[in-house]
Order: sequence, then C-alpha cells, then structure tokens
Amino acid sequence: MAIDVRVTANMQKHLGGRSVEANGDNVRDLLADLDQRFPGFHDMVMTDGEIHRFVNVYLNDEDIRFLDQLDTALKDGDVVSILPALAGGS
Amino acid sequence: MVVQKTEMLGRDEMPVTVYIPTPFRKLAGNQTHVKTSGDTVGEVLDTLGAQYPSLKHMIYDEDDQIPGHINIYVNNQEIHSLQGKETPVKDGDEMAVIPAIAGGSVGALTPDQVERYSRHIIMPQVGSSGQRKLLEAKVLIVGAGGLGGPAALYLALAGVGTIGIVEFDTVDLSNLQRQVLHQTADVGKRKTESAKETLNAYNPDVNVVIHETPITSDNAMEIIPQYDIVVNGADNFTTRYLVNDAAYFAGKTLVDGSILLFDGQATVFVPGKGCYRCLFPAPPPPGLVPSCAEAGVLGALTGVMGSIQSIETIKQILGIGESLVSRLLIVDALGMEFRVVKLRRDPQCPLCGDNPTVTELIDYEGFCGAPFPGEHVVGAQS
Repeated sequence: MAIDVRVTANMQKHLGGRSVEANGDNVRDLLADLDQRFPGFHDMVMTDGEIHRFVNVYLNDEDIRFLDQLDTALKDGDVVSILPALAGGS
Repeated sequence: MVVQKTEMLGRDEMPVTVYIPTPFRKLAGNQTHVKTSGDTVGEVLDTLGAQYPSLKHMIYDEDDQIPGHINIYVNNQEIHSLQGKETPVKDGDEMAVIPAIAGGSVGALTPDQVERYSRHIIMPQVGSSGQRKLLEAKVLIVGAGGLGGPAALYLALAGVGTIGIVEFDTVDLSNLQRQVLHQTADVGKRKTESAKETLNAYNPDVNVVIHETPITSDNAMEIIPQYDIVVNGADNFTTRYLVNDAAYFAGKTLVDGSILLFDGQATVFVPGKGCYRCLFPAPPPPGLVPSCAEAGVLGALTGVMGSIQSIETIKQILGIGESLVSRLLIVDALGMEFRVVKLRRDPQCPLCGDNPTVTELIDYEGFCGAPFPGEHVVGAQS
C-alpha cells in the first residue's frame, strides 16, 4: 500500500520533506509505519494511541473522524494529509 | 479614430446625440455629448461601443445584455417602456446612458462612488445594489497584523462602509516584513491609529472604528454584536477559541484564517454549519505548535491568506458564489498547492453540537493554558 502522506512545514523537519510515501492498510498502520521510520513522529501527532485533538488527518478530502477514524482503510494512491491547527495571524 | 468616425457621419447616416453622464465621461473622451448613428437603440449603442471600447464594458455585460443598473433613455423615455434595444431612433433624437445612481433613495451612490467602484459595479454579481450592500456592511477585524491588514485593506478598497479593528499592540520594526497597514514611520505608533490612517488614506468613505483593547471574555460580547461579519486575524489559540465562541453566540459569520511558516488555512464558519471547535476540538498544549514569532512566516503568504479572507467576506456580504463554508482551504506556499478538504459540523461539538456544554463564554486562558496576549503582559509579542 503506497500512500502519499502530506504534512505542513512545521512537521517537515521530522519527515525530511512535505510529502513522504508510507505503508499501511489503515490509518493506524500508516502512522505506525511513519513512527518507526521517523522517531518522534508519534508524539507530534498522537497521545496514548489517539490522534491529538488539535491535529486532523484527512484521507483525500475527508476528515477521518467522519470515516472510521484510525481504522479508516487505505488503498494504493490515496493521499493522507496531516494538518495541525495553526494559530498565526499577525 | 474618433475624428474619423465623427467625420464619416452626416452623408447617409442619421446622427443621434448620446448624453454621457459624469461617471462615464472619461471613457468617452471627456465629451458630454457624443454624436453617433444607427436606426435603433441597439445599433447606436453598438456604434458607440465600437468607438469607445471601455464605455462598451459599462453598457453591456458579458452576455452582451444591458445590465440592470444601466438605464437607456431616448428623448427622456426609458427604453424598457419603448421597444428596448429595438426602439427606433431618428435624426436629431437624443439618447442618454444613465447608471443607476438611484437619485434620491437612501444609500444612493454619488458620481464619485460610481467611478471609484466602477470595476466592481460593472460586474453583474455586484452592480450598484451590491456596491450599496458593501457600503452598508460592518465588518470586524480581529488583529491589525499579517492577516487583518490585507483583509482590512481590500475591504476598505471595496468600500465596506464600517470596518472595526480590535488591536492593542504598537507597531514594531519586525512587523513591517508583512503587515501592509503599517510603514516605517509608524514604528512605535498604536497599530489601530496606523491602520485607521492607512485605510482612510486609501478610502475616506470608510468609517474605521477603533477598539483599542485585547479582545477578552469581558468585552467580546459588547464588540462583536455591533458587526455583521467577523474576520479572524488573531495570532494565538486563546483568542481564536474566544472569537469562535463569541461569534457563534452572537450569530455572526466568522471568516477564519491562520498561517505559520509557508502554510495557510482559511475557512468560513456560519453558525450551525460547523465552527472552529468542530475543526479542532482542543488547542495544542502551550509550546507544542510554535507561533509566527517563534518559527517565522512568509510575509507574502499573509497577503494571500488575508486577501482570501477579504474575498470570502465580500462574497458573504453580496450573497454570491460558493463560500468556504463547510470547506477548509489549505495553502502550501512552498509546493504552491491549494487544496480543499471537507469540514463538517461535529454533532459532538461542545459549542454547536447536538448537546452543547459550552453555553456561554468560558475561561479561555484555562482552556488553552495560555493568557490572552496583552491583557497581563506589557509589551506582549505579536
């Protein structure tokens, strides 16, 4: 399962780029794959096995909270975006 | 070319005089009356449009129809009461092309306003009635900084009649990399004062209302209900959650935008169709997501995102187009990608969900674990 994962600029230093390829049959496995390859990734996105409430994960254009959350199934070619809240305005 | 056309008249053609009112006169070689020709109103207008292409854009819309705000008169009779564009004209007739300045009615546009806003008015989605809506609109800008600056600027240029600005900070040299309302000579000035000067220099029509204070739980419900729409340019989570809740309680549309580094997010929250808490149920612990002051932000990106907020605000005022309601726009300036994801009202949302637990403004400093900037700290960072 080759999934294209997109992150914001403030996460890119952990992944080495804005976009990385990762594997997983569902979002949970995908995030585990990323955490294994990029130490510290888990804490940036999750607490106690759940996604932080200030971070949204989208499968293509849909928020996984409105799909099957971490169990949301993935298929080849999907795009997963990880989007933390930004507060900047000034 | 104009001279040639005029000289060509007279032998076979029937000269008709067309009166050009002040707002359009510049588009017709500064003439009060143009002599032209044709057997019908439509033919006269076509000849006139061929002579003065920029005038043509004022009297015909993109479908080649005369827009609703333009009235055409033949000898002082409006052509709708005659035969429209097929109305015959003859030698010596006088026509007039009159934009709806709505003489006498409340909120009528002055000739200067018709000229100033002509590029908006000629678009059928705006027209003179839309321009009057803009002039009557009241928009509150939270923060006169990176996002609030360009948002306020374009709203002022568009003629939004009342622009409120909530801001407590002073202009710092480090603001000038992106904050377009403030210039080098403004360093040290109150941002509200600098913003008002800039906006009024661009457009003296605009009533700029200053709220020289941090927005807090104590004043939010006094300030927000005075406006139709709120534009969020806050730079911290504490203010974002407060403004979200207060706009919801006041029943106001919130045009949200945020930025960090090379990333921008924008959306529109209409009460009942999702809110900031539906999007992000809780703020990050303090320090986990850096601020622009800590991590940096691309100055030009604040212009893009603030402009997008002004566009969404104008669309809300005019009631046109597809707004960002229920959609989140994600801008990646490094990859130069604009993407849109779905945003839903969360039935579990503590504010706008099915069983709300937040029924009045709460302790946002406790909720976010961070104080409102400017309330406790003198010389707070922007």
